Amino acid sequence: MKTTLAPVSAARADAGVTTSATSPKVPLTALDQLWFQISGTVCNLRCRHCFISCAPDNHAFWFLDPGVVRAALEQSEGLGVKEYYFTGGEPFMHRDLIAILADALALGPATVLTNGTLLTPRGVEGLAALAAGSRYSLELRVSLDGVNPEMNDAIRGPGAFARTLEGLRRLAAAGLLPIVTAVQTWPDAEHDRMLVEFGQRLAEIGCARPRLKVLPPLRIGAEAGRSGGYAATERVTHEMLHGFDLDRLLCTRARLVTSRGVYACPILLDYASARLGDTLAAAAARPAPLSEQACFTCYRSGAICSNVPSGGLERA
Amino acid sequence: MSAGVAAYERVAVFGGVYSNHRALAAVIADARNRGAEALICLGDLGAFGPNPDKVFPLLRDAGAVVIRGNYDDSIARGLDDCQCGYTDPRDNHYAHLSYQYTYARTAPDNRRWLGTLPPEVRFRLGALDALGMHGSPRQMNEFLWESATPTHFLRKLAREHHADVLLGTHTGIHWLRRLGPTSWYVNVGAIGRPANDGRREVWYAFLTAADTRLVVEHVPVAYDHGALADEMREERLPQEFIDTILTGWWTTCLEVLPAKERARGRF
Repeated sequence: MKTTLAPVSAARADAGVTTSATSPKVPLTALDQLWFQISGTVCNLRCRHCFISCAPDNHAFWFLDPGVVRAALEQSEGLGVKEYYFTGGEPFMHRDLIAILADALALGPATVLTNGTLLTPRGVEGLAALAAGSRYSLELRVSLDGVNPEMNDAIRGPGAFARTLEGLRRLAAAGLLPIVTAVQTWPDAEHDRMLVEFGQRLAEIGCARPRLKVLPPLRIGAEAGRSGGYAATERVTHEMLHGFDLDRLLCTRARLVTSRGVYACPILLDYASARLGDTLAAAAARPAPLSEQACFTCYRSGAICSNVPSGGLERA
Repeated sequence: MSAGVAAYERVAVFGGVYSNHRALAAVIADARNRGAEALICLGDLGAFGPNPDKVFPLLRDAGAVVIRGNYDDSIARGLDDCQCGYTDPRDNHYAHLSYQYTYARTAPDNRRWLGTLPPEVRFRLGALDALGMHGSPRQMNEFLWESATPTHFLRKLAREHHADVLLGTHTGIHWLRRLGPTSWYVNVGAIGRPANDGRREVWYAFLTAADTRLVVEHVPVAYDHGALADEMREERLPQEFIDTILTGWWTTCLEVLPAKERARGRF
């Protein structure tokens, strides 16, 4: 029996990096993730740590037209997309969300990033039916930033804790298994205790099998005002990419469709450098500049916004 | 793509051995009874189970073709973890226990051997070109779950890697997708632990090809899981791992499961 040896990992660590006097640029390795800024920057909450400062009156990016989404989904098949993500703003403010999710789930797995405050009984019923009827997984990622109202609402606004917990309770009662995401606003020394408390709190409302995902804060947008921004030295340089696994960066694996063009990354909406084109094809062909300081967080922590961390094997 | 590679019509393909030497012996016997011309192992010899050195002679004596999984890659290179990419502290805790035990109890000769294994195997299956890998053809530790892997994505992998039949493991749950009239993706499952389905059997794939026709059977194999559990207790392995062997439900490493696969399990 003869075996044929071939490299398994897609690319050498620093292959394809564009060198210039300014910031490094990285090409798209594969369009694994197609993101949609489905509700633009419009949100029913005004969280103090939001990296793109979403709010009821932030109309910088508007709701995506269902036709735009449908066209991108059609293109995504030929591009070999592996996962679809829907973010905002608050996606459940989009009146066509359920129909759009149905279109996406006909092609592949879909994830919605939500604050969970607009999950009505009827809406949850619709989601449960959608999830049950699809070959692919529907993931609901619900943001909760504390284990009590004092902690959560200090960031997400008065009343948010109770409303999010009610949304989670409805999802659990419908047999769905939401992923609860929490931005780490507590010191590392308290981390283990916080995880236990999150688990207990979620169990109390019927989330018996909680899936908890803790994210580091992204110190841009409103969060920069809350906790201070990045230090001048916290930036991705050419030297830092030597031997680095580029697949850990979201922009080597993803593009984001918005009402104002296609971007490299969902956290860089406020930066013109991240707008890579008018169309998906154009944006896929252009390398992404790592020129913003938020890129430093992705460099350090990996593509935290994905459901499962990306990246290949550790290199010898 | 097929020049110089071995050709078969009946092959047994398995992966995720996880040191379960009792299941491995049962799978080898079952495959032989079915007339397998070749036994192909898609990697991850260690993890979860007891006495990791026991699987090596079984594989060698059976003449199995073995490729490298991420666990084998880590053990061979003495890395700090299994490269499954967990971030959940509980998953990491158990993955660490399992990895430290397996590394310490794998003989240096066997560790070196793992380092010599190729990352993929190509062979002819009837008139079809088959490619076996651990995770995906582009990344050894990429999870391809049934509910999280679009058909168009698999077609792209098959096209880019010049294969009619893609064979993988890594997730531990077997599944099958037809990609075209003469193209398939087969996740062969794992023989080291049950498929998170409440059954004690473990699963491998038996493939029978004639020209461009292919029949894929996912085969459940019973073995003396009670004796394996006894051995795990003697080795002081975590009760959570033993419970999985005895009940068929996964108790750890759950973070990476998509919603559908997670919902089918108990934990």
